[in-house]
Amino acid sequence: MTATAFRADPGIPGPGTFGSEPDDHAGIYRYDDLDRRFVAERVEQFSKQVTRRLAGELTEDEFKPLRLMNGLYLQLHAYMLRIAVPYGVLTTTQFRKLSEIGRKYDKGYGHFTTRQNLQFNWIKLEDTPAILGELAEVDMHALQTSGNCVRNVTTDQFVGASADEIVDGRVYAEILRQWTIAHPEFTYLPRKFKIAIMGSDSDRAAIRTHDVGVIAKRNEAGETGFTFYVGGGLGRSPFVGKLVREWVPEQDFAAYLEAILRVYNQYGRRDNIYKARIKILVHQLGIDKFKAEVEEEFARLPRPKFTLAPEIVEGIRARFASPGLERLPAESAEFERSKAENVEFARWSTVNLAAHKAPGYAIVSVSLKPAGGIPGDITSEQMDTLADLADRYSFGEIRVTHAQNLVLAHVRKDDLFDLWRQLDAIGLATANIGLIGDIIACPGLDYCALANARSIPLAQAISARFADPARQQAIGELGIKISGCINACGHHHVGHIGILGVDKRGEERYQITIGGDATLTTAIGDIIGPAVTEEAAVDAIDTMVEIYLANRTEGERFLDTIRRIGHGPFKESIYAAD
Amino acid sequence: MSFRAITGNRLRDGAVVFYNDEAGWVERLTGASLYEDKATAETKLASAKAEAEKERLAVDIYLFEVLVEDGKRVPVTIRERIRSLGPTVRTDLGKQAAA
Ligand code: SF4
Repeated sequence: MTATAFRADPGIPGPGTFGSEPDDHAGIYRYDDLDRRFVAERVEQFSKQVTRRLAGELTEDEFKPLRLMNGLYLQLHAYMLRIAVPYGVLTTTQFRKLSEIGRKYDKGYGHFTTRQNLQFNWIKLEDTPAILGELAEVDMHALQTSGNCVRNVTTDQFVGASADEIVDGRVYAEILRQWTIAHPEFTYLPRKFKIAIMGSDSDRAAIRTHDVGVIAKRNEAGETGFTFYVGGGLGRSPFVGKLVREWVPEQDFAAYLEAILRVYNQYGRRDNIYKARIKILVHQLGIDKFKAEVEEEFARLPRPKFTLAPEIVEGIRARFASPGLERLPAESAEFERSKAENVEFARWSTVNLAAHKAPGYAIVSVSLKPAGGIPGDITSEQMDTLADLADRYSFGEIRVTHAQNLVLAHVRKDDLFDLWRQLDAIGLATANIGLIGDIIACPGLDYCALANARSIPLAQAISARFADPARQQAIGELGIKISGCINACGHHHVGHIGILGVDKRGEERYQITIGGDATLTTAIGDIIGPAVTEEAAVDAIDTMVEIYLANRTEGERFLDTIRRIGHGPFKESIYAAD
Repeated sequence: MSFRAITGNRLRDGAVVFYNDEAGWVERLTGASLYEDKATAETKLASAKAEAEKERLAVDIYLFEVLVEDGKRVPVTIRERIRSLGPTVRTDLGKQAAA
């Protein structure tokens, strides 16, 4: 059964269940009783399954798909539990619960992933029922984090806060969560299915690298509608998502997605795991044929059942408590003074802040990439303090970014200096968002059972090499992304510099690509030459940076220079000595 | 000299374990039985798997290669070296931490 307000099962009441009681936390969708019952039932089911497995009533072959459906993987050293953070937004109550689980059941830290989820690396099977029970207490779970279902929908980490936002993507991400979480047709898809949604013109959610990427927008009449891209994806065969429809009106949002998923369910290959993603179907059918199939299915769907009524949208919107933003002057004398007095704070402000839609506020990105550190890792102690800071300065809400960082979305400019000092005290004030030190890296061979090579040590070596914040700032926007195998969890294909770990006769080697782009001008990076050792990879990056600096014109980013001068000079200088 | 050993993950907590003909599943590579010839290793693997499933002790069981150099056991692949010790980026964790 489903347990939410907008759902595939018409028997469950919809918007009537919505309430509007006040909440201490901004921007968080409040679960209703049906949501809670559904999560509680899943915990109970899984507890029984674990008991039966430990008692020998289920074999490993029978049990494995069940544990995967609850986010529990077996990795190199232990089980790994992947906890869903729907569209990357957490209350501080939830954040503290994650910290507590880390301390109680893991080894005092967690790892944020490129899917805006949190992974614990040292989980015991026998503890998982208790952990899932504790998560359910704070409306959290590990559903849709594994298996061939619609995975946790991701979105812009600045949603509901950014100055450039046109439509609040959270509302539609939540609608998708409700629509897909227990949809009978979407539970056994040919392969996993990832959806990302963006509500502004700048793509902060890597829209065209997803199975379905949605851009929420408004037309001239002020109505909400959606552009759908389909068939993007990284991994073994990278593809850039293709446009299937420029405008889908709000009321048809779920219907259009349903049509896409039905076509995929019908034609997607189930005989070969490497050819089962929708990107392969779109590629093989051709986008025109695929579009025609979707349109035909869309036309056939019974409208009343699939129509997204305005009351439903409004009901869901109402369940997102809105932060009580004050009316403030746009500029803060306090903020300006602190910047003038403290060069480190000024640098952090330039690099880690983004424009908020409300005057007098700023969006703060908290980097989880200290120089020489492990990208995305955070200790339980840091989490506790960060939760306190979010309570004090950002309406009790914390977001997770797909770049493995965190965000405090609504901070008064007057409070920025105090916040920065306290972040600095716990090692979370690294000023490198979007810069060369802000490296995305998957867990790689240090933890992951599928890896060919380690990712983290290379990320550490690069961020240590470029540790100087002034140098990083001088280099400017440059995204390095590292994956430990072709599954591409580190999104290396779309890194400005991408690095793929490979196994060359038992030795770890790194294949470098350049020119990748995860924004709407999506591009898959170009391999520059044979794979190299870790040390040589760090040197190669240094060389590429030097070439860029020598060639860039005023205001040009690394990616712009690469596009203008081509990949040749970069390849030649790195492999010149060979 | 090169040998084969049997490894898996313990069912109830996922910990890396190694098979010893007498003691069953042990936590340290130093305690694993080593097999010189492939046929013996394969036979032992089959029985270890059957026993592990029946007793619900370990899962994901397979053979891997170990070199013995100056009396020290070193897995041939980096993957198995990391499994037998712990993450190289957190030497305070895993088996290496208690070593
Ligand atoms: S890219 Fe490969 S190594 Fe990295 S986390 Fe994904 S599956 Fe593991």
